[in-house]
Amino acid sequence: MIEIALSCIGLFCLLAVAGAGLGRASAGRFIVYGGCLLIGAILFGTGLLAIAEPAQRIALPLGVPWVGVHLRLDALSSFFLLLLGLGSAGASLFAIGYCAHDEEPQRVLPFYPLFLAGMTLVLLADDAFSFLFAWELMSLSSWALVMAQHRESGNAQAAFVYLLMAVFSGLTMLLAFGVLAGPTGGYAFDAMRAAHPSAGLTALIFALALAGAGSKAGLVPLHVWLPLAHPAAPSHVSALMSGVMTKIAVYGFIRVVFDLLGGAPWWAATIVLAVGGITAIMGVLHALMERDLKRLLAYSTVENIGIVFVGLGLALAFKANNFPAGAALALTAALFHALNHTLFKSLLFFGAGAVLHATGTRDIEKLGGLLQRMPLTSAAVLVGCFAISALPPMNGFASEWLTFQAILLRPELPQWGLKLSIPADGALLALAAALAAACFVRAFGIGFLGRPRTAAAGNAHEADRWSVAAMAGFAGLCLLTGLFPGVTIDLLAPVAHALVGAAMPWQTGDAWLTTIPVAASRSSYNALLLFVFVLGSGGIAAALVKRFGSSGLRRSPAWDCGFPDPSPMTQYTGASMGQPIKRVYGALAFHARDVVDMPAPGDTRAATHTVTRTDYIWDGVYVPLGQAVTWVSTYLNVLQFLTIRRYLGFVFILLILLLMALALWQ
Amino acid sequence: MLRGISFDIAHMLAGFLVLASFLMLYQDRLYALLNVLALHAFILALSVAWQAHIQHAPHLFITAIIALGFKAMLIPWALRKIVFRLGIHREIEAVGGIGLTMLAGIALVALSLEVMLPVTAHTDPVAREDIALALSVVLIGLLTMVTRRNAVSQIVGFMSLENGIILAATGARGMPLVVEISVAFSVLVAFIVVGIFLFRIRERFDSVDVGAIDLHRGGRQ
Repeated sequence: MIEIALSCIGLFCLLAVAGAGLGRASAGRFIVYGGCLLIGAILFGTGLLAIAEPAQRIALPLGVPWVGVHLRLDALSSFFLLLLGLGSAGASLFAIGYCAHDEEPQRVLPFYPLFLAGMTLVLLADDAFSFLFAWELMSLSSWALVMAQHRESGNAQAAFVYLLMAVFSGLTMLLAFGVLAGPTGGYAFDAMRAAHPSAGLTALIFALALAGAGSKAGLVPLHVWLPLAHPAAPSHVSALMSGVMTKIAVYGFIRVVFDLLGGAPWWAATIVLAVGGITAIMGVLHALMERDLKRLLAYSTVENIGIVFVGLGLALAFKANNFPAGAALALTAALFHALNHTLFKSLLFFGAGAVLHATGTRDIEKLGGLLQRMPLTSAAVLVGCFAISALPPMNGFASEWLTFQAILLRPELPQWGLKLSIPADGALLALAAALAAACFVRAFGIGFLGRPRTAAAGNAHEADRWSVAAMAGFAGLCLLTGLFPGVTIDLLAPVAHALVGAAMPWQTGDAWLTTIPVAASRSSYNALLLFVFVLGSGGIAAALVKRFGSSGLRRSPAWDCGFPDPSPMTQYTGASMGQPIKRVYGALAFHARDVVDMPAPGDTRAATHTVTRTDYIWDGVYVPLGQAVTWVSTYLNVLQFLTIRRYLGFVFILLILLLMALALWQ
Repeated sequence: MLRGISFDIAHMLAGFLVLASFLMLYQDRLYALLNVLALHAFILALSVAWQAHIQHAPHLFITAIIALGFKAMLIPWALRKIVFRLGIHREIEAVGGIGLTMLAGIALVALSLEVMLPVTAHTDPVAREDIALALSVVLIGLLTMVTRRNAVSQIVGFMSLENGIILAATGARGMPLVVEISVAFSVLVAFIVVGIFLFRIRERFDSVDVGAIDLHRGGRQ
């Protein structure tokens, strides 16, 4: 199995070379994306088959001398390999059609397979060197993809912020591995598993891994690159970055904290829980205010990463208290949600790409009425919106419900810190889920329903068949994983066994395919039954309304009271829909202010309405940081203009100081 | 007994090298400084040859010959020609008083002994004190470079620093010949580059006082 995965990495590299060579040729698109589609499918199959197998290893005589490259395929990496294969196959299928009108394909084609190769290698790495190499390969190649459309304003800055955050993430992961390896320098993961660092070092490694993986995944306050980089990248790349790369970061966190460190103390779990809860709520609040479709999706990714980390925090809490059943439930919920997020967020980014291609804009206030013009895309996006809003029987509901089930196991925990923080997290998560539903009602309602607000939206056309196939496929997968959550839960059993020593009860044996998190007496969920009920009750309601409510279609002049002007400008807008929520939460979260400038009676100038928002995290953390760097470099600039003798003097004094330190230290 | 004498002679030569470094620190005339450089390299060649003898390492003789040929003869002679052709002001302006510099040099020797003797406690006694003395030669070479304003004397400081490195390297057994030869050549290349550089500076600024370059860059004195 691992040989197959390894050869897939090799094939990705070959495709990268082919992409560089083919460049502008139209065959390049078919070869590179078609190849990535096939390899993605192979990786998916490999993950699926290897997940229940014992871990496999392979060592390559490459890389650092005498260390080599150690690779390992175990249950955890198999699951993420499956997720990666699925996400990359879908994105590649979408890209075959989507990139047909790409003006500069040579900027994307070489880096796209390289990005996939980097992510695959992260999953297989079994020593810190190869892990970090792959991690950086993933960051750098995705940076090149963010830079692909570098002439558009703002993209270069987005790529710069992304690169800075990637450097930060790489650095913290490097330090985490450095501390894990200890003074003897055991950089193989086996040596790290065997080492048992002291309590202080464990805390340090945990904090570094949370910061390193969190900045790649998009945890608040390290999420700033997501809303910048996702809109800048081409849509199929955004889908990969959001749907797959953030999951690779989650994998990094799980690998270091759950596997190499073997768990964390209970107070660490409260930190993960707090960060996860805040991330979820901040992400969705930002998403609600956003009018750029891809930025909205990026903020929603932040929210979903928060949900995943809440699940991981719960798993850590249960694991620290020797409650494996609870830990297995929480971990399964987190991983399941990661998979679901890959499915529906990729789907929604495909939809956003199709809309962008059809209308040329990402601004939902300039869309509208796409349901008639792009029926297939709209239907697929609607399914994605259902799933991401966690409506049963879609997959988003199944995983969020499992997370809530894990939250309800809280009374089993002894620590008051956890007893108090978990319900607070539950409340945050419930609020985030409700707001996410509102957010996607707004996105779909404003973007796809109603009448077109601009000529561009009015002239929209359906996406090409490759893109539609990718969207339809993912919409079907969202429904299927939602209807049969037991299949995924059982698939995750070996992963949970390996990491927390237990698994959830076996699900697919039940005749009615009921999902049982802990015991049937506590709670259960049957998606299939619910689906039948939703279909049945919805159908009956529709039939009744049609029969009694509006028998026969009437066409008559519109009653113009309140709607005298047929201009599409009079429609409900996204801003007006987000306004009540901005009133309630925005004042606290963003310092949002509405300023209405009403001219005096008799004055003929127009009234204006301005909304101001403050991003506390950007203004409070990143702006001062940037200013500090500028300040320091301005002052260090003096060093550029010293005499040769002084430079020599610096070297000399430093040497003397070091020697003196050595003499005193002995 | 024989071992004692060979040990003492090795130390005596290394000690002479440190003394020559002090001479260099003291000199305020360019020609005299170049003479001291030649003497410095000559002592180095003697010292390396002695090491070759007591270590039974014939390849070290090549190092000694390189030191004698290049550093004791060729480079001082070439530098002398440069000084003559450029008509450089023959007095060296030092930063800080000579006495203060000498005191600093003594402190450096003490420091390098203090650092090196405990570190190399378990090695061969010949190498041990050689390395301590070599480090003081290196440090005094750096001090020479830092305290002189004249470019030629900075080159001289650099050459003496390099001599210290060679001394340390030959003291430690088993340095491959390739490394020594490449070091020797790198010094030669550095010399050529700096020599050409000196002519260019001179053409442009009518002086080889490095302060002139700094003024040109808009820096401070």
